[in-house]
Amino acid sequence: MKIGLLVNEGPYQHQAADTAFQFAQAAIEKGHEVFRVFFYHDGVNNGTRLATPPQDDRHIQRRWTALAEAHGVDLVVCVAAAQRRGICDPDEAKRNGKDADNIAPGFRISGLGQLVEAAIECDRLVTFGD
Amino acid sequence: MSAGPRKKLMYLNRRAPGGTIYAVEGLEVVLIGAAFDQDVCMAFVGDGVYQLKAGQDTSDSGVKNFSPAYRALGDYDVNRLYVERESLEERGLGVDDLMPLTWEDEDDDWAEKPSIHVVDRAELARLIDAQDVVFNF
Repeated sequence: MKIGLLVNEGPYQHQAADTAFQFAQAAIEKGHEVFRVFFYHDGVNNGTRLATPPQDDRHIQRRWTALAEAHGVDLVVCVAAAQRRGICDPDEAKRNGKDADNIAPGFRISGLGQLVEAAIECDRLVTFGD
Repeated sequence: MSAGPRKKLMYLNRRAPGGTIYAVEGLEVVLIGAAFDQDVCMAFVGDGVYQLKAGQDTSDSGVKNFSPAYRALGDYDVNRLYVERESLEERGLGVDDLMPLTWEDEDDDWAEKPSIHVVDRAELARLIDAQDVVFNF
C-alpha cells in the first residue's frame, strides 16, 4: 500500500512525531511504501537541525533524517507554516533576508500542494496530531 | 493537476477560529487544494462551527481576522460546506448566525446558491464515511 503521513504537532511537545515515525518504520518493514511525510502546523519544527535534546533521549530530527537516508522517504516541510515558525533552507533564508538557515538533512521545504498531492496519490493519508 | 480519477476530499474543521492556528492553516490547505480539481467538501463540527460565524472581530486581540476568506470559497469551487446541526444547537447558534456564504452555479445560469448545508450528526457521519480522504483540522 502507498501511504502518506501528515504530522501536525511539534517534536517532544507532543507524541505525534514519535507515533508517526514508528508508524512509518513499521509500514516500511511490512513492505508498504511511505510516499511522503508532510509536516504542517507546529510539525514543521521536526525539521530543524538545531535541536539538542538530552543525550539519553531519542533525537527526533536525526531519526527522520536516518529514515530518509535509508529508505528514500520524502520529508516535506510546509513553506508557509515554516516561514511563520522560523524554519528555512538556504534559498528561503536568502529570499527572506535571514542570516542563517536551519533545515535538517533529508528534509525539503515546499508548498501545501505536496500535501494535497499525497492525499490524491496515496491509498491512505494518515494524520498524526490532536 | 492530477491525472487519475477525482477523489472525494473532505476538510473536517473541529476547532474555533481563534485560540489556535489550526483553523486558518486548515483553510490554507483548502484554498491551495482547490487547484487539484477534486471532489471537495468541508465540514464543521464542535467549536469548528464558530469558524463560520458572521461578524467576527479580532481587532482587540491583535490577530488577523481571516474569516472574510471563507467568502472566497465559492470562487474556488468549494461550495459544499456541511455544518453539524447538533454542534450549532449545543452552542446556541442557528444558521442565521453564520456568514451567508454562496456560490454561482454555472450550470444554472450562474444562479447564486447557498454553500452552507446544515446536516444532523447521523447524516454527517454518512458523509464522512463516503470520503476517500478526510483532512482533520
